[in-house]
Amino acid sequence: MANVNMAPKRNVMPTQDPKVRARNFDEVALGYSEDTAIDEAMRCLNCKNMPCVSGCPVNVHIPEFIAKIREGDFEGAYQIISRSSSLPAVCGRVCPQETQCEAKCVRGVKGESVGIGRLERFVADWHNTFCKEEPVRPESNGHRVAIVGSGPSGLTCAGDLAKKGYEVTVYEALHTAGGVLVYGIPEFRLPKAIVAKEVDTLSKLGVKIETNVVIGKTLTIDELFEMGYEAVFIGSGAGLPNFMGIPGEALSGVYSANEFLTRSNLMKAYLDNPDTPIMKGGKVAVVGGGNVAMDAARTALRLGAETVYIVYRRSMEELPARREEVEHAEEEGIEFRLLCNPTEIIGYHNPEDPRDPKNGFVTGMKCVRMELGEPDEKGRRRPVEIPGSEFALDVDTVIMSIGTSPNPLIKSTTKGLEVNRKGGIVVNEDGLTSREAVYAGGDAVTGAATVISAMGAGKTAAKAIDEYLNK
Amino acid sequence: MYKIIDRKALNPTVVQLQVEAPLVANKAKPGQFIILRVDENGERIPLTVAGVDKKAGTVKVIFQIVGSTTEKLSHKAAGDYLQDFVGPLGTATHLDGLKKVCIVGGGVGCAIAMPVAQALHEMGAHVTSIIGFRNKDLVILEDEFKACSDVLRVMSDDGSYGEHGNVTMPLKEMLDKGEKFDMIITIGPLIMMKFVVATAKPFEVPVTVSMNPIMIDGTGMCGGCRLTLNVDGEKVTKFACVDGPDFNGYEVDFDEAMSRGRMYSPFERHAHEETCNLFRKEAH
Repeated sequence: MANVNMAPKRNVMPTQDPKVRARNFDEVALGYSEDTAIDEAMRCLNCKNMPCVSGCPVNVHIPEFIAKIREGDFEGAYQIISRSSSLPAVCGRVCPQETQCEAKCVRGVKGESVGIGRLERFVADWHNTFCKEEPVRPESNGHRVAIVGSGPSGLTCAGDLAKKGYEVTVYEALHTAGGVLVYGIPEFRLPKAIVAKEVDTLSKLGVKIETNVVIGKTLTIDELFEMGYEAVFIGSGAGLPNFMGIPGEALSGVYSANEFLTRSNLMKAYLDNPDTPIMKGGKVAVVGGGNVAMDAARTALRLGAETVYIVYRRSMEELPARREEVEHAEEEGIEFRLLCNPTEIIGYHNPEDPRDPKNGFVTGMKCVRMELGEPDEKGRRRPVEIPGSEFALDVDTVIMSIGTSPNPLIKSTTKGLEVNRKGGIVVNEDGLTSREAVYAGGDAVTGAATVISAMGAGKTAAKAIDEYLNK
Repeated sequence: MYKIIDRKALNPTVVQLQVEAPLVANKAKPGQFIILRVDENGERIPLTVAGVDKKAGTVKVIFQIVGSTTEKLSHKAAGDYLQDFVGPLGTATHLDGLKKVCIVGGGVGCAIAMPVAQALHEMGAHVTSIIGFRNKDLVILEDEFKACSDVLRVMSDDGSYGEHGNVTMPLKEMLDKGEKFDMIITIGPLIMMKFVVATAKPFEVPVTVSMNPIMIDGTGMCGGCRLTLNVDGEKVTKFACVDGPDFNGYEVDFDEAMSRGRMYSPFERHAHEETCNLFRKEAH
């Protein structure tokens, strides 16, 4: 075996200086250089049993692609990744590697695991920069498949089917393809150009993308079959934002994270689009501890907020966001108010003057301090209010980032499509729903989860659709 | 891109467009809306469908010039294209079983009320229409309402056309006289709808109101269009884009809706001025 780099720590990811990046939307992480990538690749022990692969929802052949990097064959590495993943440049940036592949890495036992995500990103970026080969559209097999939603699950399913010769049409409700990758995840974490490039690659493979079509409204699932599609994959995501149900959530200045991020990302407030209003500046509280909460907080900061708080009812340990995002947020000066739970949002009200323009706007948020009690059914310690610990945060904007639920538009217009108590579409292990030839995956099935698990579901369904149509 | 087939000014600030959008035309029902973007980077604005021609594949929308986007939209001519046009969104107005209905429309809201009145007329229902405008110059769709209404009352705030007064006056007068409606359907400014509800309340006539809050995607994703309903003493949050736009008027918290509607007023005024300046410069 070639010499192994036994450094206990992984190569540091170069980033923009926190003070600078806190005021711009350019990408935070700058990516490994070729030399750094090779050096990091040398840390891989090339374990026979490949524990990392089992940690990846789409089973990327990790040691194989890392071995190619070690040889300096970066395109070879890309080819290995792309056998399993259709969006490597995206996954290298947004996957929670620390709980997936990297969690299983043997190097992690006595030091830091191999920077698998960083290497994946390096390989994908190298390919996008240097490989000019156009994807070739395969010969059509004559079968037509419709995909609902152009987020990670839909794009993956579309890509896998198109490569096999299926004629695939993706229907997207919004005006731009990409789903959560364009409306949710901000530019500084996932540049729009990368998503656009992935979508473009699909188009070159022959995938048709129809924007401005809301399945369940403009067309129904049944009509798609009437139009000649032989199978349908539903990847419509978990679109509906949850609110806490506390007083004051209807005040001006209270956003769902979805709305705040959509205004910034999809509607381009981050580029100062004069047609998109958004509350900027002042003091902002983001309620929640997931990746979306981190994205909203860091977006608010970049839009010019003086102070941004993350208000989360559990402790740092339970914070569900990707570790790197939390670290980046802390470096940028986001203030974490942990073990705190909002009880009411307070608004301005001038009883003397009903026309006072400040009326109805947020001025603060009442919170109560929490402590961790007994573990709940998932084993997470349940946060319990500490009596008498109420306090108020002085804020102008509140962003609720406490999860989303699946969109009911398709369910309500598709007879015989079974959903569970939470509105998620019920599927078997192949992604097949209760309707023949209708498959589903991603957040529409699971409720809010990760990009990579959605991609995994899109992949599974593509395989099942291929088998079904070749029966 | 979606082609504008026809453009007609209904009054100095209200414009009617026919847009080629066959999939939308095929599905849209009275009470539903579309979302459009005028150009790349444009904002998404909801407009209620004012009529469809399934054969021609066109959708009619009527809008008032109130801000930057509607200003830009008003400068589009037949043959021009719109960047995006998606729908139909929202739930259609529930008309099943209605036999005697009073339609109360205010201003540009009459454009939305009109297809509802027409649908009721075609169903064979008895239709009373009360339509109100600020003044004579702003009157729209009078002939269309005449054609589908058994009783029509045209009001103007300043008395320059029709009867002098607001829409609640003839409504109260009819209800006082013992007129029985299965339903009042009102579409117009929030403050007007609030007072229509207040007028109807003592007579216990059901009122359907059509809400038109700020929204982005129109599919339930952003939650910006949320409003609070008081259902049997309990506060319930609903999204106008998917649960509405029609709601039981007695349940809607109008004051909150009005407050939320003003959230971006200074921004909107500024953006509108900037857009007007741009068009002025172009004209020179």
